[in-house]
Amino acid sequence: MTSPTAPTFSLPHRVKVAMYLRLLALQGSWNYETLLGTGIGFVMEPALRYLPGGVDGPQYRAALARESRYFNAHPYLAGIAVGALTRAELDGVDPVRIERFRTALAGPLGSVGDRLVWASWLPFCSLVALCVYGAGGSPVGVVGTFLLLYNVGHFLLRAWGLRTGLSRGLNVASALGNPVLRQGPHYIGSAAAVVAGLALPLALQRVVGPGRALAGGIIVAALLGILLLARLHERAEGWRIALGVLAIFVLYSVLT
Amino acid sequence: MSLIEALPIALLGALLGLDVVSFPQAMISRPIVAATLAGAFIGHPAAGLLIGVVLELIALDTLPFGASRYPEWGSAGVVGGALFAAQPPGMPGALPASLLAALLTASVSGWSMVVLRRVIAGRLERTRDSIEGGSRDALLSLHLSGMTLDLLRAALVTMIGMIIFSPLVRAIVAIWGSESAPSRAVVVVIAAIVAGGALWKVFHSIRRVVWLFLGGLLASTLLLVMG
Repeated sequence: MTSPTAPTFSLPHRVKVAMYLRLLALQGSWNYETLLGTGIGFVMEPALRYLPGGVDGPQYRAALARESRYFNAHPYLAGIAVGALTRAELDGVDPVRIERFRTALAGPLGSVGDRLVWASWLPFCSLVALCVYGAGGSPVGVVGTFLLLYNVGHFLLRAWGLRTGLSRGLNVASALGNPVLRQGPHYIGSAAAVVAGLALPLALQRVVGPGRALAGGIIVAALLGILLLARLHERAEGWRIALGVLAIFVLYSVLT
Repeated sequence: MSLIEALPIALLGALLGLDVVSFPQAMISRPIVAATLAGAFIGHPAAGLLIGVVLELIALDTLPFGASRYPEWGSAGVVGGALFAAQPPGMPGALPASLLAALLTASVSGWSMVVLRRVIAGRLERTRDSIEGGSRDALLSLHLSGMTLDLLRAALVTMIGMIIFSPLVRAIVAIWGSESAPSRAVVVVIAAIVAGGALWKVFHSIRRVVWLFLGGLLASTLLLVMG
């Protein structure tokens, strides 16, 4: 792993805090043209004020324009790019090199983040909350467990990304080799499989409520449906099927 | 439901709808949270949690990858939670009807997010020269207006959802023809199928995933049998 190089300029703590808070609003202007681009400019803006000439200087304007162009990444890992690009701008790195770096970093930050957060951490935390519900948890207990667990990972990941980017600058690529990013999805996914086995029957049993007369039918119908949906794989969107089936059932129950 | 009655729920929907993409993505917009909060607003958090659990199982199917289109669960969770919590306890049609309203809201709200992104792209086009010139004001204006519009979008979707579905769900519940147990069972089967299919889609590539799942299943079965 590449060791961090010494920063030529250290940002005041309050600027780093401002950048972190803005990072939470990174996708405020998300659009189909620049994707996260304008958000990256928005987050970096407090730091760019420290460029020679300040907010009225040509360097500030050029950097803000450059950093507001097209960019894509997972929002939680975008802090790595924000930190690295900030450091590069403040160190006066050649704009052509900065552009190349932006292009190279976008893809990996998107795919790594999607696998780690959307396809692993989020479902895992949902399943843990469902498990707490199935075990008889109160509304505060279920919601509190989900929000605490999820956001410990969420806020730490964003903070780590920004810190790593600011300290490593353009050498940040090696940070993507972090074991949490590389192997995290596998371990979280394995844990999620166990929790799913535990959570689904418990949660569904509590939703059904007292009386288990229909339990056998529910289990058989659910298993058959899951097998069918698993076979359809990417070709079917489960929530759309749920919407259609539910609409038919509601119509049937109203008309009979 | 009047505009005044729907306003507090719409404000909650606005805040939670904003969380989906714009700020702060802390997942307070997940249906298990949103529906419970909406139920608490009505005075029945446990009812909100129940429909929130069903919606959460269905929401496992949607992963918000990049520019993909997906249903918006924040406002939908609020609408579903508020509608279900407002029904008298023990009504057989309350859960299916409220769930259907929530799913329709999620679909419409997802579409409204696509529209919003196009609107922001249009605004960007109009201010492109200023932003390319490094104008701080133009960039901040674009960003903050995007967030404000998202807040308004979610409020509007929640408000319209409540105004349309509140009398509709009440009417459906009043003339519901199916028994209570089968009604609940149909909802549970639908949620279980969607959740099971979604989890398979996400985790099927993990080694020994079926055995890990069966291990958890065995533990839960033992708990249910002993309980």
